[in-house]
Amino acid sequence: MKRIKTLNSASLKESACKGGCGECQTSCQSACKTSCTVANQKCESNK
Amino acid sequence: MVHIFKMFDKYIALDVNSGCVHVMDKLCYDIINFMNVKNFAPTSSEARFKLIDDLKYDYDRTEIGEALDDITELYNDGLLWSKDDFKVATDLKKNSPIKAMCLHVSHDCNLRCKYCFADEGKYHSEKGELMTAETGKKAMDFLVKNSGKRKNLEVDFFGGEPLLNFDVVKEVVEYARELEKKYDKNFRFTITTNGILLDDDKIDYINNNMGNIVLSIDGRKEVNDRMRYRADGSGSYDRIVPLFQKVAESRNQDKYYVRGTFTRQNLDFSEDVIHLADLGFEQISIEPVVCDEETDYSLREEDLPKIFEEYEKLVKEYVKRIKEGNGFNFFHFMVDLEEGPCIIKRLSGCGCGCEYLAVAPNGDVYPCHQFVGHEEYKMGSLHDDKGLNQELRSGFEQCNVYTKPKCKDCFAKFFCSGGCVANASLINGDMKEPHKLSCEMMKKRVECSLYAKAALAED
Ligand code: SF4
Ligand code: SF4
Ligand code: SF4
Repeated sequence: MKRIKTLNSASLKESACKGGCGECQTSCQSACKTSCTVANQKCESNK
Repeated sequence: MVHIFKMFDKYIALDVNSGCVHVMDKLCYDIINFMNVKNFAPTSSEARFKLIDDLKYDYDRTEIGEALDDITELYNDGLLWSKDDFKVATDLKKNSPIKAMCLHVSHDCNLRCKYCFADEGKYHSEKGELMTAETGKKAMDFLVKNSGKRKNLEVDFFGGEPLLNFDVVKEVVEYARELEKKYDKNFRFTITTNGILLDDDKIDYINNNMGNIVLSIDGRKEVNDRMRYRADGSGSYDRIVPLFQKVAESRNQDKYYVRGTFTRQNLDFSEDVIHLADLGFEQISIEPVVCDEETDYSLREEDLPKIFEEYEKLVKEYVKRIKEGNGFNFFHFMVDLEEGPCIIKRLSGCGCGCEYLAVAPNGDVYPCHQFVGHEEYKMGSLHDDKGLNQELRSGFEQCNVYTKPKCKDCFAKFFCSGGCVANASLINGDMKEPHKLSCEMMKKRVECSLYAKAALAED
């Protein structure tokens, strides 16, 4: 594929089956305290 | 759903449901745009025919064919216009355990920051109320008792200014450490401070006991001191900068944030982020102010073009510095495209009112720190056995990106998780109606963060 570079795999789909353990940090506890960004949170489940 | 945008020299497509990010040339971008606008699937022969007709004056036919083949391949592999099959995962907040708590240990403050949503740290109650150790310990008991099988429990010491009640902070930490052993839990403490009262002892204690420290500073001296000053009007910048630098170094430039607010009075906030980076800070978060729209520093819709420009300016510098080897982290530009949170986390939102609660100094329980003091959102008290208001709770349980009409169709939904429920409730009066201005800024930040990934991935 010479015109398109894909940066990552279909990670969201893959996460659907193994996710939801609830052990990672609550988003507002991290830094901002005013918004709901989740994409920068770390997953803590064993992969 | 495929979201496409151009930033600087990059043409980028985000396939919302797979989370895949593609960087492409202008032709592919034009083709995806065509498919989006006309609502075609790339495999349809009608689409192929019409597309070639549409683009034949701008591109060579063979090139169009080649590009379309690439796009079709990604489509067939489920990496473009992939299906949304996550709705099944939306019921998960029902009866979820409680795992995180914001403890308002002090509603007193030694600064008088103009925008403080906490109304000079007093919130909406008596001046300067401090939490007692007894209430703090009850909060820990409550958390452990309601945490079910969750092992990691988070507690943020917040205010007002928590260092004004630091003895209670320590007592609560010691107490929680005992509970931890007894009930096989793992407490993670964080603290949010304006820094005025930091000294070596406190820094040591925090470094030994807390997983994160959020240090409040707005950026350049004149910007910081215009908003963050003492009761006598004197600014805080000169006092806090050396202390914050010490904290950052003592934590090896990790597990802390310098965190500021930008307002209408410093719409050129990229300068403030850069200023903080130039002071040596590597973990930076600068957030848009949340306040009454009537004030002279509130952000307004007409400010958006300037704000977008600033985010772009910032991401350019952010990328440049990373490439030069002297990068910094900007909270909203950090995305992990491979190992980020699971889809369930991404669609369920911040957890306020369900897995996350805030406790006021007097032991009243609220859905989160931003609701504290708003009587109509009080969920209960630690000092009686009535438990929490389940009706309120069930409203929060139902909050996710699929129950909010705007979020459902938003390309940023799995990065944002549905916006701040407090802003929606307190500004719009409807927890399912996200605050529009915040949405626009969120979407811009998501685009910038994807641009950064694209720019950093180039050879
Ligand atoms: S730790 Fe990972 S799998 Fe568990 S809820 Fe968080 S993001 Fe999902
Ligand atoms: S940006 Fe706004 S509309 Fe989009 S997901 Fe977030 S809150 Fe919802
Ligand atoms: S409602 Fe807003 S402030 Fe409260 S926890 Fe959620 S995102 Fe944070």
